Amino acid sequence: MALADDTVLYRMARAESLSIVHLDSFSAVYHRASGITHLITAPAPEILATLGEAGMTRAALLDRLARDYALGDADMDVLRERLDELVATGLVSRA
Amino acid sequence: MNHQFSVAIGPVGFRIGSDWRAPIAQLETLYRAYPKPTDGVPDFTVRLFAARPWRRVLRPSVMIGGDFVLPEAAPLPLAQGLLAAEMGMNLQMALGQRRYLLLHASVVERDGEALMMTGVSGAGKSTLAALLSLRGWRLMGDEFALLDPETGQLHAFPRLVSLKNTSIATVAAEAPADRFGPLLEGTPKGTIRHFVPDAHAIATMIQPARPALILFPSFGFEPAARDVAPSEVFVRLTQASTNYVALGERGFDALTKLVTSVPARAIDYPDTASAIAQVEAAWAAR
Repeated sequence: MALADDTVLYRMARAESLSIVHLDSFSAVYHRASGITHLITAPAPEILATLGEAGMTRAALLDRLARDYALGDADMDVLRERLDELVATGLVSRA
Repeated sequence: MNHQFSVAIGPVGFRIGSDWRAPIAQLETLYRAYPKPTDGVPDFTVRLFAARPWRRVLRPSVMIGGDFVLPEAAPLPLAQGLLAAEMGMNLQMALGQRRYLLLHASVVERDGEALMMTGVSGAGKSTLAALLSLRGWRLMGDEFALLDPETGQLHAFPRLVSLKNTSIATVAAEAPADRFGPLLEGTPKGTIRHFVPDAHAIATMIQPARPALILFPSFGFEPAARDVAPSEVFVRLTQASTNYVALGERGFDALTKLVTSVPARAIDYPDTASAIAQVEAAWAAR
């Protein structure tokens, strides 16, 4: 399980399928594929911005978030929860 | 239908057909200063009809029909036929309007800029709009703000202002009696009396205005005011819209542009004087 988990790549939904507007501490995201509007807050916008479409493992993502956004309390389990939520919305996919 | 009436309200044309003469006669009186739909072609049709043929005369009860209907809507007694017509017109807009993002809000305008007021039923948005219209503001509408996704401007929809319960006396104390419709008691929303917009509001109803301030009024509290963050405005306005989902990305773009470019304040007020003072203060500070 741990091994498989480490190799899973997370990808942001195709950039052309999203419209992201930064409002304040929240961002509004229109997902063209589903026609659904999402309101997301930290660390979800940062996760989307970091993942990109190329894809990234959870460990690599955690490193980048900690470096780029000074998320000192970043934690693999919490990150997994946030990623699972984003996967459920369709804004992130697992490969 | 035996009796017909048509009217243009802002950019929208309606035709109302009725089994009875009385509601049509009231509409003709109250909307006498309004133009007819452009080219005579209405956007929406409302029908007021008897639930059963004999119910035209025996305890007459008015069913609301039209291009769009709510199947579970209960009929109203004939004495409330005018209310049925107004509800039918609102229903067509709420369910059928696709040209504009529809927001449940009242709108007034001054110097070409629009003030939008939204909130739950009873917050006072209709009353405030009526009172402001008696103080030099142009009434653009008491029920729906029509946000144009192409231009970001608000279009007027100045139908009759629907005053409820205690707000009837509040507005009646300041406006002439010939601006009011009949007193409708015992309606599903309590006592209702319609207030006719002034001649200026009707004559200028095709002129849109740029939104400049969004207010969330709350009646019944000590005076207070606070800024409302764009994300909270966004959430509240998606909830206050009847067609946000139907408009898809056009609605998303229009609403995000609105909330990121227009300031928003929540104001609490205990009475009319406080409400007017707070609106003016928020307007001056926008």
